[in-house]
Amino acid sequence: MTPSAPSGHLPRVGAVYSALGGGESDSSPASGEVRRHTARRGSWLALLLMLFAFPVQAVEPSEMLPDPALEARAREIGRALRCVVCQNQSIDDSSAEVARDMRRAVRERLAAGDDDGAVFAYMVARYGDYVLLKPPFKAGTLVLWLGGPLVLLVAGGALLIAARRRRRTPLAPPVPLSDEERTRLSVILSEAKDLPLQPRGPSASPQDDR
Amino acid sequence: MNRRLLFLLPLLTLALMAGFFAWSLLAGRDPASIGSVLVGRPAPRLDVKPLRDGEPPLTDALLRTGKPAIVNFFASWCTPCLAEHPLFARLAAREGAVVIGIAWKNKPEEARAWLKRLGDPYRFAGADLEGRAGLDWGLSGVPETYLVDGQGIVRRHFRGPITERDVNETILPFLKGAK
Repeated sequence: MTPSAPSGHLPRVGAVYSALGGGESDSSPASGEVRRHTARRGSWLALLLMLFAFPVQAVEPSEMLPDPALEARAREIGRALRCVVCQNQSIDDSSAEVARDMRRAVRERLAAGDDDGAVFAYMVARYGDYVLLKPPFKAGTLVLWLGGPLVLLVAGGALLIAARRRRRTPLAPPVPLSDEERTRLSVILSEAKDLPLQPRGPSASPQDDR
Repeated sequence: MNRRLLFLLPLLTLALMAGFFAWSLLAGRDPASIGSVLVGRPAPRLDVKPLRDGEPPLTDALLRTGKPAIVNFFASWCTPCLAEHPLFARLAAREGAVVIGIAWKNKPEEARAWLKRLGDPYRFAGADLEGRAGLDWGLSGVPETYLVDGQGIVRRHFRGPITERDVNETILPFLKGAK
């Protein structure tokens, strides 16, 4: 059923490799060894390629500004703006038509001399706060921004107080033994003196009692 | 006593969350909804090249005539636009509504051919080939429709195709009420 995972380690890579048609399950023992070798080489190749997998950027060379400083600012802004059709991608990551228009608008605003804040304001005026990947700090987002720290503060404070209270109340001093208890204890102790060092045999473990 | 109240805390949290989720479900909250910041504000700049030959370009003046207008972004390549198209035909022909159509990212000749085939409900029509007007209007795709009152204030923004129900429950009352 499952594709043969040729190498013990890197099962994922092996599975990917077989899924790509590299190692169909073959039960003939003669070709097994060769196949295993090829598959292992394939896994290493896949692993190597993964090292070179950079996050894909949708920004096309033709869109870029000639001024590298402005282009760098445009990238910075583009990473913080949400593509309005893809929901959870920045406009720099998205190849949607609207995202491309937005990238172009960002560059046009920058070229016209806007500062970063003005560019964000330009987008917010059109698409609302929705367009910002980092939500602004305001009344409607107070819970979002302060909820986490608040919970941490309350829970941490409660823990601290509990720990302190425990440390401050010392253990109650032991109640002195009554005369009756004292005589019983001495009897037990004298009996214990007569017993061998290992009262239980090796086979008598507590589990065996029942 | 105090300690026992503490045990109610998880239960209270659960009740709070359950309440929020119930409200989300029942009130039809859509976390993916973009909403619209334009509603209640003056309509964005309207400066669009004409779609049909020999007509003047679309300008802001079209939205400040004292009569309400419907602004509809469409494209010939957009299937939902095809679905909502008969409703605009009805609004224009039977209700006498001023419908302004803007072909978004659509070759003008293709948009014109599409209108020729299906009927052209647009009193005024523009061609926004590069999507600049779309961006100014906070467009996320086509179709989108805006109801603009006679003073040029956006009163409603539909993302996606309008439906028969939208026409009956929102657009017709708007056309009657807005001055």
